[in-house]
Amino acid sequence: MLAVEMKGISKHFGLVQANQDVHFCLESGEIHALLGENGAGKTTLMRILYGLYRADEGEIFINGNKMEIHSPKDAIAAGVGMVTQHFTLVPTLTVAENIVLGYTNSLTLSQKLIEQKVQAASERFGVSVNSSALVKHLSLGERQRVEILKALYRNAKILIMDEPTAVLVPQEVDILFESLLRLVKNGLSVIFISHKLNEVMTVCDRVTVLRDGKTVGTVNKNETSREKLAKMMVGRETFLDTQRSSRKTGESVYEVKDLTASGQQVVKALDNISFTINANEILGIAGVSGNGQSELTKVLTGILKPTHGSIKLEGQEISRLSPGDLTEAGLGRTPEDRHEGTIGDLTVAENLALEDLNNYTKNNILDQKKIHEDALKKIDEFQIKASPNDRLRTLSGGNMQKVVFARALSRRPKVVIASQPTRGLDVGATEYVRKRLLEERDRGAAVILISEDLDEIMALSDRIAVLYEGCIKGIVPTSEATAEKIGLLMAGVC
Amino acid sequence: MFKFRIERAPAPMWTKPLIPIVAILVTFLITSILIILAKANPLQAYYHFLITPLSSTFSALEVLVKATPLILTGIAVTFAFTSGYFNIGAEGQLAAGAIAATWVGITFGNLSPIIAIPLMIIGGFVAGMAWALIPAILKVKLKVDEVVTTLLMNSIIVYFISWLLNGPWRDPISNWPQSPDIGSSAIFFRLIPKSRLHIGFIIALIVVVIVYFLIKKTPLGLRMRASGASKTGAEFAGINVSKTIFIAALVSGGIAGLAGVSEVAGIHYHLIDSISNELGYTGIIVATLGGLHPIGVAISALFIGLIDTGSQTVSRMLGVPVYLGNVVQSALLLVTLGMLLFQNYRIKRL
Ligand SMILES: Nc1ncnc2c1ncn2[C@@H]1O[C@H](COP(=O)(O)OP(=O)(O)OP(=O)(O)O)[C@@H](O)[C@H]1O
Ligand SMILES: [Mg+2]
Repeated sequence: MLAVEMKGISKHFGLVQANQDVHFCLESGEIHALLGENGAGKTTLMRILYGLYRADEGEIFINGNKMEIHSPKDAIAAGVGMVTQHFTLVPTLTVAENIVLGYTNSLTLSQKLIEQKVQAASERFGVSVNSSALVKHLSLGERQRVEILKALYRNAKILIMDEPTAVLVPQEVDILFESLLRLVKNGLSVIFISHKLNEVMTVCDRVTVLRDGKTVGTVNKNETSREKLAKMMVGRETFLDTQRSSRKTGESVYEVKDLTASGQQVVKALDNISFTINANEILGIAGVSGNGQSELTKVLTGILKPTHGSIKLEGQEISRLSPGDLTEAGLGRTPEDRHEGTIGDLTVAENLALEDLNNYTKNNILDQKKIHEDALKKIDEFQIKASPNDRLRTLSGGNMQKVVFARALSRRPKVVIASQPTRGLDVGATEYVRKRLLEERDRGAAVILISEDLDEIMALSDRIAVLYEGCIKGIVPTSEATAEKIGLLMAGVC
Repeated sequence: MFKFRIERAPAPMWTKPLIPIVAILVTFLITSILIILAKANPLQAYYHFLITPLSSTFSALEVLVKATPLILTGIAVTFAFTSGYFNIGAEGQLAAGAIAATWVGITFGNLSPIIAIPLMIIGGFVAGMAWALIPAILKVKLKVDEVVTTLLMNSIIVYFISWLLNGPWRDPISNWPQSPDIGSSAIFFRLIPKSRLHIGFIIALIVVVIVYFLIKKTPLGLRMRASGASKTGAEFAGINVSKTIFIAALVSGGIAGLAGVSEVAGIHYHLIDSISNELGYTGIIVATLGGLHPIGVAISALFIGLIDTGSQTVSRMLGVPVYLGNVVQSALLLVTLGMLLFQNYRIKRL
């Protein structure tokens, strides 16, 4: 039986046709992947199913009945639950409070009673949470389990998960997959959005691919492969592997010495870190998430001041410079979280100009024409699907990331700092960003690539440093590195 | 039978201009209860609120007079809010501007107007900035919440004025707690004979245009908008957020100071205790109703000016308390904010 059938769904935002005549069927008891490049319309389709958007056209059937879904309330009543890309929990409330929030009619709330109820549900569904913990103390993986339990608690029989693994470390991904498989055995149906093809191939039964808002097709997992899926998404062959050039690296450009910094929870999030990077070189910084990557990115991009140590660019001390001065000095900086480096309420063109306002000012007045024209150029060069006057907020993740890169690379920086550059990006955009990083290296830049994706590190880096509990656990040339060796370093074994 | 339901989706574009009109209607429905309690006829009252002030040239010009300081305080608030600095202190900054204007007007009021008037404008602007300085420093250096500090500064200056007027500046001739009059060359001349409309109104309009230009067309404006929209994003992009907020806070104070100049030099000709008369707080309402857009702010100031004038007409004609005007204003703000929320919904027939 079909748990969900979406027929001929169309939806536009202004001039953007986000969904066009999309057909989508979810069988009962399956895990169904929704694949597609950034901006293909996956989130839009799911928000329609969950009642957050209203389709311009099309029909939705749930368990064979035609439904009018006007709000998440209707969706929940029909047994649909959604775990969104950004969590919607209240950090200062407990897990139990978050779960019953908005789903209880009684005027009084007994803390004990709801904690017991939630704990019981946690055991019944096999989604382990600590019902009395405050949400703000939970890791991202734990928060996600709370979101899942929240949906199940509301009797969801159909669970939508929008890029659930984008924020998880590998171990947490495994835990998530185990619970999903168990839940599906007990009758849950899951729609699973991810850009990671190997995850899709591991956990899903069928795959529907969207491209430019239209359905490309639905295939059984057994009858397809990663390469075939990538081709369906992009519409052409892709090259998932990138090749390293054998060119010799140049002089040392960027030198980090004895760098120590404190983080939000830990005193020494970075502990005496030292490394150097040469021109024409990519230094990959590998590690399991939470070992100091965020703090390292913040220190290198000038957002966090180190408590100790030095950073030198061509011999000049720069560790205490402001973000603006770092850009002036020749750094191309990208943030770990693209939302933190951009301004959603400003336009694409304004965001692109923001780092280099002096260059866009004539007689103390903004040179609107130049801002617009340069934005058009960058949109063209970086294949950003947007127009200069769009608010940045309305862009899909991949396009937002391209804006971040376009801005950072526009001044031909000597050093490029790329942190989690392909997180949440689709195959095409990922390929583009990686190619771009290689081009920067070949142009002569020194590139720092901080990434939790070991494949990415292995594919792009000339040398690999491993970050473990805020320390560098050894730097090895990629030619001598194997996944096992790096994996052991990442686990802090040697 | 028709059935309707409300769903979450942006309301159609054509509803936008309807918002103020519907807001006014709803406000009048709500406030008519009070008018009935005050033993007056609501329809008559609204007529006097909205139409009577516009039916004679004199009272129509009076609306502009009332709107003049509100345009300035509204713009002052807008300038600060745009950069994410919540300046609640326009009230006190206006008073500081008024004090400076009074001093300049008394001291240099016998020179030529070409000297006296610009000196007063500059003095008022600088004084407004000075009164905004301490909260701004506390904000950027120590991260002290500006909502609290700017508000506290308002009470301080009330007592300072009170001391001035009961001590050193008390008018020696009348012995009232008010300052002596400013010199005749310092008085803002009238734009139209027999009305109180003075050049302060023109100054306010010029400020609207300049601020519009500053916010939309200059790098400072872009920095301010960026800082206001996302502090972390702006910081990452290399904008010195503290400096930007600091500048915005001071300029905002300066503009509020101009409102004080305009009140002293255009209306009272001397300093009085109640010089601010809540014009600074009303500026927050004006700025919010105007959607933090300079042109919108000017329009909403005119509208509040109309209600202000109207409430006097109503009370004169129907004998209801003048405070009804305040109630209407506040109700209107609440209703408009509520309407902005409704913009995210559509009504659909099933
Ligand atoms: N609220 C909105 N307003 C305007 N445009 C929007 C809005 N939401 C989405 N879009 C546009 O619709 C298109 C589809 O976006 P959607 O978020 O559904 O893509 P996606 O497949 O989920 O991408 P990603 O993989 O990056 O999350 C994009 O071009 C996006 O810019
Ligand atoms: Mg999405």
